[in-house]
Parts: sequence; structure tokens; C-alpha cells
Amino acid sequence: MRITVTVNGTEYTRDVEPRLLLIHFLRDELGLTGSHWGCDTSNCGACVVWLDKTPVKSCTALAVMADGREVRTVEGLEQAELDPVQQGFMNCHGLQCGFCTPGMMMTARWLLDRNPDPSEQEIREAISGQICRCTGYENIVRSVRWAAENSNIGAAEASEATEVTA
Amino acid sequence: MTAIEEQPAPVGYGRMHRKEDPRFVRGHGQYVDDVRLPGMLYGAVLRSPFAHARIVSIDTSAAEAHPKVKAVITGATLETLNLAWMPTISYDTQAVLATDKVRFQGQEVAFVVAEDRYSARDALELIDVTYEELPAVVDARKALDEDAPVIRDDKEGKQDNHIFDWETGDKDKTDEIFASAEVVVKEDILYPRVHPAPLETCGAVADYDKITGKLTVWETTQAPHAHRTLYAMVAGLPEQKIRIISPDIGGGFGNKVGIYPGYVCAIVGSIVTGKPVKWMEDRSENLMSTSFARDYHMRGEIAATKDGKILAIRVNVLADHGAFNGTAQPTNYPAGFFGVFTGSYDIESAHAKVTGVYTNKAPGGVAYACSFRITEAVYLVERMVDVLAYELKADPAELRMRNLLRPDQFPYTSKTGWVYDSGDYAKTLRLAMDIAGYEELRKEQAAKRDGQSLMGIGVSFFTEAVGAGPRKHMDILGLGMADGAELRVHPTGKAVLRLSVQTQGQGHETTFAQIVAEELGIPPGDIEVVHGDTDQTPFGLGTYGSRSTPVSGAATAVVARKVRERARIVAAAMLEVSADDLEWEKGRWFVRGDPDQGRTITEIALAAHSTVELPEGVEGHLDATCVYNPPNLTYPYGAYICVVDVDPGTGKVSVRRFVAVDDCGVRINPMIVEGQIHGGLADGVGMALMEVIAFDDDGNCLGGSFMDYLLPTSLECPSWELGETVTPSPHHPIGAKGVGESATVGSPAAVVNAVLDALKPYGIRHADMPLTPAQVWRAVHNNPFRTDLAIQ
Repeated sequence: MRITVTVNGTEYTRDVEPRLLLIHFLRDELGLTGSHWGCDTSNCGACVVWLDKTPVKSCTALAVMADGREVRTVEGLEQAELDPVQQGFMNCHGLQCGFCTPGMMMTARWLLDRNPDPSEQEIREAISGQICRCTGYENIVRSVRWAAENSNIGAAEASEATEVTA
Repeated sequence: MTAIEEQPAPVGYGRMHRKEDPRFVRGHGQYVDDVRLPGMLYGAVLRSPFAHARIVSIDTSAAEAHPKVKAVITGATLETLNLAWMPTISYDTQAVLATDKVRFQGQEVAFVVAEDRYSARDALELIDVTYEELPAVVDARKALDEDAPVIRDDKEGKQDNHIFDWETGDKDKTDEIFASAEVVVKEDILYPRVHPAPLETCGAVADYDKITGKLTVWETTQAPHAHRTLYAMVAGLPEQKIRIISPDIGGGFGNKVGIYPGYVCAIVGSIVTGKPVKWMEDRSENLMSTSFARDYHMRGEIAATKDGKILAIRVNVLADHGAFNGTAQPTNYPAGFFGVFTGSYDIESAHAKVTGVYTNKAPGGVAYACSFRITEAVYLVERMVDVLAYELKADPAELRMRNLLRPDQFPYTSKTGWVYDSGDYAKTLRLAMDIAGYEELRKEQAAKRDGQSLMGIGVSFFTEAVGAGPRKHMDILGLGMADGAELRVHPTGKAVLRLSVQTQGQGHETTFAQIVAEELGIPPGDIEVVHGDTDQTPFGLGTYGSRSTPVSGAATAVVARKVRERARIVAAAMLEVSADDLEWEKGRWFVRGDPDQGRTITEIALAAHSTVELPEGVEGHLDATCVYNPPNLTYPYGAYICVVDVDPGTGKVSVRRFVAVDDCGVRINPMIVEGQIHGGLADGVGMALMEVIAFDDDGNCLGGSFMDYLLPTSLECPSWELGETVTPSPHHPIGAKGVGESATVGSPAAVVNAVLDALKPYGIRHADMPLTPAQVWRAVHNNPFRTDLAIQ
């Protein structure tokens, strides 16, 4: 099937098998390897990307379902400068092996867009469909809170603020 | 959220952002599945649906006819290369692809190489295997029965499923103490089979260049050098022609130590097709076939006085090793470091016997942050101390306090011969109790004991033994457990550190740069840490058993000190003084008594590469190498307190609070240390409450997906409350002890003890992990079940 998908603002047209998973389309067809495949069963969330501004698990979505729609991945998180969520994960040690991080950050960005000042419990609920094996979630929650509290900070400014908040 | 520190990156130890993070937050990590090579093909493994069956025939003709299939490899193909079987790291053998029988569900039977991922999977469906099903050995406690089917009939003359017996301690003295003790408690305790389940599954990209004969393998491995040597030994490939690259790894936890058949198949696939071959297992393959952890059936006994002085500990263990003995332990330690089961206590005698058996389950047995079976040992002793407290009606914290080793007893030789390096245990336990508000919690619990809402408080105190290890005692397949480091300071004063160990998220690129920074005064940002590539790094056994900081951290400090001494000679030549007259301050040698006369490490680096005349016999440049052979293990420890609320109506457990006070000696980057502890605590909650790989009567794996193998999410985990004490290791160059597995080792007992503390009003002394709602509910009704089998 021929599909046209806008990924991180760029339009791609490709012939794909109808059964091709969205995660494999992004990783293998487009070379966007920031989103990861982790479990097959929608449990781990390493593959979370946005489909028309909603986080989806791209291991259980078909590429053809994205036809004519917009996808945003971790590679599209950084605009002119790093997103506060990315900065927060670095500041608060919100990642270790980094495998779950892209999916976590996409969900965090989605949460903050709808709820700019989430409580710890709201953050925990937002990321509860995703698994991290390294951090015990503590510093992921702190990272998202940091992003909420520093939503207007530019990357240049943030990297000047060298404090370690974990 | 307040900033803890506001300062630039420290030139040495301290909190510092990780150097590896900028690539990860941009999605630019390079994991094995991100590797794409021109012309790359994809492999997939056909696996056994049965736990035990004879292979009657394998017909691959339809798969071979698939237009996108390039090769189909079976055990018969591998036999022609003498590769159908490979040695395990425990001197056993394991089938790469089954030839005679399949011995566990999920075992590798055939390997397909095709043009793309999906076609490779399609072709698996076209392979026709005829099996003749055999009765399976599922219950480890029946593996040694006379009528048990013999699993390893490939081994000549093998008539049973026995692997080994191993004993430690003084049996006679221990039995004597038990015979006359005022109080003896006994309990059967299962540490069920669990799985490390790193978020990234295992995989490899193998690229064999038939012209140069060079084999390059990108692998999800925690031990790249060991893999290179083993491939050379097994496949007969010349070792200098093998390059193992372990790029970014999405979590290891022990799962990525051993060599899996899939890696070997990818290599054979590349040799056969002449193209690079990628193989990545899926989640079910990871859970069903790769290194599991635990599966220890333990009978623990404690002899004590009526007033709670522990006198002796006796343990009998049945260890389920699965179908092939692939447990990764140092050669002389078939039960790993289980010998530290005497825990943190001052006792008179101890004895343990461990018997290993084959079952029709996946092989393996090192994995999941266990420090070579110390997880099992700590869980056993910490559960048993609570059993004793139950019988004596004693407070579990007080009972521990009464029996903990005293600071003046260190270095302490345990009754099983382990030399604990340093500790002030009571101080650490007291701090944990203070942070938790232990007395207040007990009061709250007493007020709540109305049978409706149950609250439990669990304590555990663990001592770890990490940093394997002294090479005269410890080796893996004959390879001594010493690790190398190489440090080179460039003319402009920037440095490159090359390490044998490899990171799966521990932040080596940051921590090890900080060690060099501390020793030489070069900012961490100016130090590149190279690791995970056998062509670029010195030999060593890799990252597991919390050994990176104890072993390679020491190697790094030693190599930096060697460079510092060379710098001293160069500085002396520059200043035209005797090297003996120089003193060091961080980053600079100066003339004693005349601090203005000095040279910085940057100036010295340039001079070392320049025309400055050096004393006779002194080489130029500024570099050094080191192989660190640990004189002893290091012994981190900690006190953990968990508070749970239990709903007796549904059996649901909620972890309300978790206090963890760790003493891992000197902390190089406290931020990273705390992160490691957080992760281990989540592991502990997972194992205590959710995680288990059970099997039904036919040997079907009941934990083969994340729908069945439950991992803790952000909602099961509380906000961790950490504390620290610092007791440096006296024999380690920087006093560090290692911390990667401490929390995984120490926390399950705290959670389980808390739940059973909550259930005390029901007269329940013990129930096995995982304490799922079903298990807790059954325990409340005095009928807990065996969690390793299908629920009866």
C-alpha cells in the first residue's frame, strides 16, 4: 500500500506492506531509531510516539493507520532548542540505559501540554502505561516536574544553570 | 523542586550530569537494533513448543523455497561445523540448535536468514518439525526422583538429573549447636524463578568479511571481551580477527552476560551468506529462553537462645538450573556467593548444602542483579530472622540490632570464610529507623490492628560481597577476574580512558571520567571514556556482579596514579628540581615550600610530548596501563524498611513507604548511586509482589510476555526515601564498594517481611513470593500456594 505520513513535520510517501507496524515503519523505513521496540504487547511503552498529538504505542499500530496523519517522535521533540522535558531528564537523572526515555518523554510532553502543572500522582498516572527497569520512576517523576517548573526556560539558559537536581 | 547544588561540574567526585545523556534525550543512542549495514539480512529463530520432546524430523524445504529466504540453518547444519553444541560458562554443554531432543519450551530448533524481518518470521511457519513428546520434569523437587525422566541423555552414562552438590561451613559444629539450642525455627522458603527482563531484548548483528577473515559482532553483551575469547575457543576463529562491539545497551541486569544460541546463529548466518545478519529476539523469546534468575528452593533453620541471640544457621537448597547448566558463576562457586548466607550477624557456626538439578526449563541462572546468588542468600537469612522474631514475639528491628556484627569485629571472617572488609551496621540500621520513624510506625500499626485495614512494617539488613574478584580464587572458564584500564593524556592535556567493562545504563562515561578527574585534576568533560569495543579496549571480564567500580574503578584510579607519577618526573625536569622535592595538589605538581614554582597537568602533558629532556630511562608521553587484581571482595551493606498496607479482603498490597539506607563506601557520583538504588528498589518490589516465571504440568512457560510477567510501574512504586552512611573499603584504592545490585539484593525481604508483618493477626509466619493478591488472599485463608507451579 502507498501511504503518506508526516513525521516531525516532514512528509514521507512509501509503499508498505499492510501488516507493517508503525514502529518498524519509523525505525526501518525512515531510519528514525529513537523510538524503541520493547515488548509486542503494548505493556512497556518504549515505542510511544504521537499520532495526531495523542501518544500511541507504535508496536501495536499499523503504519497504514498513520496514512494522511501526523506522527511526532523523540527526534521531533527538540525544536530550536531542547524541550524542557529533555532538559529535565538530563537535570534530574531521569534516565539510565535510555531505552524507555524517548517514550517517557513523549508522554511527558503530552501531559504537560494538557496539564502544565501536574502533581506527582498525575505524573505517575500519565506514565503508568510505560515501564522503566532502571530508575524506579523516582527521577522520571522529578524530571517531568522540573519541566513543568521550567517550561519557559531556553536550552541555552538551562545548560547555563548547571545545578544537578537529582 | 529545589536545586541540591548549584555549581559547575566537579573536577572529581560529586553530583554531575551524565555525559551520555545528550545523545539519549535526542533519541540518538545507538543500540544493537539501531545498527544498519549495507546488504544486511535478518535472522529469526524457530523454537520448540514443547518442554521435552524427541525430534523425529525437520523439513526445511518449504522455507528454503521462500523467495526472500537466504539460508535455513538447523542443528544438522551446525553439526557439520562442530557447532551444534557449545560450552556453557559452567563447564556444561548447551545445544545451539537442537539435534536430538528439545529440553525446554522455547528452545532453539532452526534459524532462518531472510531479506527482511517479516519474511524471516514468515519462513519459520514453513518449517515442519515432527516431535515425539516426552514427559517433562517441571517440579524441581521431583527432579531427583527415581522415575524422573532423564533430561540430559546426551551426556554419556547420565542416569539422573543431578548436576552438583556443594557444601560450605562446619556441619558437625552447626548440628551440635542445633541439637542443644533453646530455640530452633525452620521454614521452607522459595525464591521463585524470575527474569531480568531488560527493556531491550537480546540481539546481535554479525558481519563476517571473508576476504580479511574479520568477524565483527555488535552484541547486547555485558562482557564483550569474554565473548570474544569464548568465540575464539569454540568456533576456532583466530581471536585477533574477532571484534565484539557492545554499543548502547538497553539494560542488562545480568541477562546479557552469557552467550545465547541466537548470537552464534547470527555469526554462522553471516559466514554462510557472506552478508551481515541481524538477529533480535522478541519479548517472549527473551522471557522464555534467556537467562532466568533464582529458582532456589531453600530450607532455612536458625538456632537461637530464648532471648534472641542467634547461634547458628543451617540451610539446605535445591537449585533449579533448567535444561543446561548455564549459570554464570566463578568456577569454584557453583552456588555463586550463596556462602554469605550468614548475613550481617555475629553467629557461632553455619552450614549450607546446595544441590543443583536439571529440569525442563530455560537454562541460565546468574541473572537479575543478584551478585552471584547473594540475593537468594540475603532473602533467606532476612526472612528467617523474621521467622525467629515471630516465634520469639520479638521486634524484628531489635532482634537484628541485637545480633549485628560490631564495628570492632572488622575485618570480620564469617563462619563460611568470607572476609567482610568494613562496616558499622548498627549505625546504618539506626539511621533507617530514624528516617522511617520506626517507633511511631509501630504505634500506628498497633492502633490499626482491627482486622479491617492491615499495615505492615518490614525490615531487612543486607551485606553484599561484590567486585569479583581475586584472580587466584575467581575465574570464569579459566579467565581470571582481573580487569584492565589504559589512560592516555594527549599533548593538550585532554585524556582518553579505555576500559574493559561496559555500561548498560550505569553511567560509566561519567563516573570513570570523574575518577580520573579526582586523581589528575583534569575536568571530567575533557576525559573521553572508551568502552564496549574489544578492538579498542584492554581485556577484562565485563560488567556484572556490581564489579565495575570495585574492579575497574580501582584500575582507573591506579592507572591515573601511574600517570601522575610520570607527570612528576616530567615536572621535575621542567622545573629542574628533584622529583622528590615536588608535592601534588589536584591538577598540579609544585616545589615543596615554594608553591609558586609548579606545573599544571596540562603544561606537563605538553612537555611530555615535547623536546624537554627527561632523565635516563624515562619514556616520553603521558600514559599508563594497569590490570587490577582485587585483593578481596568489597562488602557494601544497607538497612531497608518498608511500610505496606494490605487489604485482607482482596489481598492487594500497597507499598506506602520505603526507606533505604545504603553504605557503599565512597560515592563517586551520588546522583548516579541514588539512581541505581532507586532502580534496585523497584526490582525488589516487583519480585516481592508481582514477578514470577511459573510452569504448568506440561512445562509450558506461564510468564512468557509482559501480559503474564508483571513488572512494577510508576503506580506500584512509592517515592523512595534514601539515606546514606559512608564506611570506605580499606583495601580499595578509592574506598568505593560498588552499589549496582545492593537494592535488588536487600529490598525483596523488606517488602515480604512487611506483608507478613501485616498478616500476623492471621497467624501466618511465611508465604512465598510473589505476594500477588491471590497469594495474599490465600495466605489470609491459611492456604498459600507454591508460586513456581500453575495454581492448583
